[in-house]
Amino acid sequence: MRIELLYWAGCPSYPEAEALLADVLSERGLDVPLRRLEVRTHEEAERLGFPGSPTIRIDGRDIDPAGAGARPALTCRIYLLPGGRVSPIPAREQIEEALA
Amino acid sequence: MTLQLGNEAPPFSLPGVDGSVHSLDEYGNAPALAVIWSCNHCPYVQAWEGRMSEIQRDYESRGARLVAINSNDAARYPEDSFEEMKARASREGFAFDYLHDEDQAVAGAYGPSRTPEVFLFDASRRLVYHGAIDDSRDERAVGTTYLRDALDALLEDREPPAVQTEPVGCSIKWR
Repeated sequence: MRIELLYWAGCPSYPEAEALLADVLSERGLDVPLRRLEVRTHEEAERLGFPGSPTIRIDGRDIDPAGAGARPALTCRIYLLPGGRVSPIPAREQIEEALA
Repeated sequence: MTLQLGNEAPPFSLPGVDGSVHSLDEYGNAPALAVIWSCNHCPYVQAWEGRMSEIQRDYESRGARLVAINSNDAARYPEDSFEEMKARASREGFAFDYLHDEDQAVAGAYGPSRTPEVFLFDASRRLVYHGAIDDSRDERAVGTTYLRDALDALLEDREPPAVQTEPVGCSIKWR
């Protein structure tokens, strides 16, 4: 399994997302190295198809397929939580489903 | 350079999503004026904007006004264009004025770094509170309502319990 966390330092949400990801992995007993990739420029965002920070990919697949196709940008990514609330980090359930 | 506590509100005259131009002078009778840097595209703003409308509605009868300003570079972030601002304000039913600072001059005068970020001024338009709306983007987890507490204090002629907090949100998208 390959897990990547793509982030832009201009958005403050990625440490919280990384902690949530680590918690889910730990809960499942998964000892998988996390590849962190900082996106620094608009050009990098375009090249990586980076729809915002944070973006988590498991074996190359975005954990939130609905948002994966957004225009690449150095921005905070929008996640829709169960119930329709907006959040700058994914729901725990989205990570769990992507790992299932 | 960010405004400091006690500084006077810099003047502005900006187009609003309601089709009118709004200036600092227009809010002259308000005993409290909250100027909040905002935008469309930021998930932190989207998490807080419902509370912004609630605050405006709850304090309207006491004369307080809340004004949101979007200064983001719409060329790079087209979701923050004036047309998109109008659409979002209409869709979400904003209770506050939502103004467009296209050339970023007003942002340059106030010095915000995040969206959302609050600058609360008293009746003489001196800065009395600067920072976050409250202490959690998740409204179910809010413990301290900084802006409401500061408004209550201001309207009751008291010192706000907190005068400076750390705004949490997206960066201002400068050109």
